[in-house]
Amino acid sequence: MSDRIDVRKTYKLYVGGKFPRSESGRSYEVTDRKGHFLANAAMGSRKDARDAVVAARSAFPGWSTATAYNRGQVLYRVAELLEGRRSQFVDEVAAGEGLTTRKAEAAVDEAIDRWVWYAGWSDKIAQVHGSTNPVAGPYFDFSVPEPTGVVAVVAPQDSSLLGLVSVLAPVVVTGNVAVVLASEERPLPAVTLSEVLATSDVPGGVVNVLTGRTTEVAPWLASHMDVNAIDLAGAPADAVTELQVAAADNLKRVVRPEATDWARTPGPQRMLAFLETKTVWHPIGV
Amino acid sequence: MAVADMGSKKFDYAPAPESRAIVDIRPSYGLFIGGQWVDPTDGHAFKTISPSSEEVLAEVSEAGPGDVDRAVKAARKAYDTVWSKLPARERGKYLFRIARILQERARELAVLESLDNGKPIRESRDVDVPLVAAWFFHYAGWADKLDHAGFGTSPKPLGVAGQVIPWNFPLLMLAWKIAPALACGNTVVLKPAETTPLTALLFAEICQQADLPPGVVNIVTGAGDTGRALVEHPGIDKVAFTGSTEVGKMIARSTAGTGKKVTLELGGKAANIVFDDAPVDQAVEGIVNGIFFNQGHVCCAGSRLLVQESAFDEVLESLKRRLSTLRLGDPLDKNTDIGAINSLEQLTRIRELSEVGESEGAARWTVACELPDKGFWFPPTVFTGVSQAHRIAREEIFGPVLSVLTFRTPQEAVEKANNTPYGLSAGVWTDKGSRILWMADKLRAGVVWANTFNRFDPTSPFGGYKESGYGREGGRHGLEAYLDV
Repeated sequence: MSDRIDVRKTYKLYVGGKFPRSESGRSYEVTDRKGHFLANAAMGSRKDARDAVVAARSAFPGWSTATAYNRGQVLYRVAELLEGRRSQFVDEVAAGEGLTTRKAEAAVDEAIDRWVWYAGWSDKIAQVHGSTNPVAGPYFDFSVPEPTGVVAVVAPQDSSLLGLVSVLAPVVVTGNVAVVLASEERPLPAVTLSEVLATSDVPGGVVNVLTGRTTEVAPWLASHMDVNAIDLAGAPADAVTELQVAAADNLKRVVRPEATDWARTPGPQRMLAFLETKTVWHPIGV
Repeated sequence: MAVADMGSKKFDYAPAPESRAIVDIRPSYGLFIGGQWVDPTDGHAFKTISPSSEEVLAEVSEAGPGDVDRAVKAARKAYDTVWSKLPARERGKYLFRIARILQERARELAVLESLDNGKPIRESRDVDVPLVAAWFFHYAGWADKLDHAGFGTSPKPLGVAGQVIPWNFPLLMLAWKIAPALACGNTVVLKPAETTPLTALLFAEICQQADLPPGVVNIVTGAGDTGRALVEHPGIDKVAFTGSTEVGKMIARSTAGTGKKVTLELGGKAANIVFDDAPVDQAVEGIVNGIFFNQGHVCCAGSRLLVQESAFDEVLESLKRRLSTLRLGDPLDKNTDIGAINSLEQLTRIRELSEVGESEGAARWTVACELPDKGFWFPPTVFTGVSQAHRIAREEIFGPVLSVLTFRTPQEAVEKANNTPYGLSAGVWTDKGSRILWMADKLRAGVVWANTFNRFDPTSPFGGYKESGYGREGGRHGLEAYLDV
């Protein structure tokens, strides 16, 4: 038995590719399912949320105009790095969700494979959900999906990594940028994921991760006029209507929460929810 | 040197050869069957040479019918016992692995391709190999998304695919064949071309590095007889062939009545149509790229240039000036634009057809450039005064030879462009978008490039109309060839 004292990690926010503490100077205790202390997580504020939106907006032009092939490569590399951090994720998921190691491993493996699944969509979504339109006239008319912009993601509260990946990957794979509000009681895998993203080729600002009180921060994201869409997957049931009302101010695209088995392979819905369709007309003639 | 001459004067560069030390060519190669290197049992051996130096690179096995049979059986066994049982996303992960190893070993593959094929390193390094990796990457992602591809729910693979590929883009054609086949859940037996087997054999090694289950990919080297044995083998469910229209027709006949699914990507005689409102410099770059890329060994090459009469003088003058700056020589030199002709046989055909061009009355113009003493070389050549009846306007030369015709109206351009049994590709150069789309509507060709030429992408379906074959490779459409739909 070694007498060595281990070096513990500080769990911080992830904004614009950097790891700030909350500007509010606050933190909150994160415990495992039995109530044992795990870490102090940053308690993000309204200001942190607004900073994250600014960082996301400034990353949007570059990320959304990268080729689909490039985005696919970059996101696939994230999966490679997730695999390398597998044991760390397993520990955090097991502690936070109160799972056996075996169940935590299954959840982490599924999360990595889910990330790969979404990475593969990057250069396929337009081919599957775009179209040429046989209009009745001498026009070439086609429709292409385009990312909607800055997407706020209220991550699932229960499934701290698999659920998170299942709502984050579909946002960014198509060229959107994200501000994620991590699971309030189980935020540690989200912070570790942000460390993976920081060492990948995903440009800073494409994904921003906030930790803190969902009921405090989510309303600021829902009402923010420079946020284009919001996924309410992890919003508390009694706050959903209020958040939707706030989101209506600038007609955010809203994905409402519903009971979801995160282990099941999803369909394309979560990608489509954050895509606009652009239709182009061009005359045909000599 | 007067400023006016600058454009036509070739600058002298010091040689800048890519080192070949990175490739480790074995003296001899067996066949890659069931995940192992095996000697042929009823075949022989042949030598593969570097077409730029005629140096022997390696001795390669020629698979006989018994060897082909072994390979098909290995592929069947792998299909039945492993590959068809593997969850789709695990299949995809193998393809991602292969894509990554291809990227990691990119330089090695590029050098080997240029050595064995004769194409400039600039092309193998910047075009072939990156596209090869991209192809695997793209189809890796399809493996677990076939339900979304528009072929109904849970489309099924075919089984064992027999694939025969040409020598012009050896590794790229391998990728076009193997990536979608594996993604859809098939196993394959692939025969690379006789003159360019080495990158396919290196690919076999990459499959081993990726721990791909034995028998999923089998590589049998050989010539036409090996290819025939593979195509006609009763144990395969699918034939995919890229090559000449003549052989394509033979395959269509020999597979008749067998129930095998067949896709063919064959020859072409593409029209590259230049209107007088096109930006000339840009068009000339496109014309050069269209016919002199890869020494014109391109089935979709823009081998017939159709120039609007009013722009003829300007385009031709600019074209000749540009061609005079092309550098022909050592394929491994990073400054080389034009490499070696792939084989003596091909060189002979290019020479013959060029002589026919002259004897039928077309005017021949060739870039004045020195040809290396050893190896197979043909300088960039342009024929003017070509009529539609001339053989050089009708037959695929598959070399750096451009036939120039003229037209007056868009209708005439379309008629001339479509006046061919082929229909693989076409090019249109004009500033007017509506005309591009009008032309694209009327052209009977599988790919139409507008104000660009010879663009390839794993998401973009490629394939021909008419006698350029059937089936499409690339993107969502490319899945159909390997699914039971």
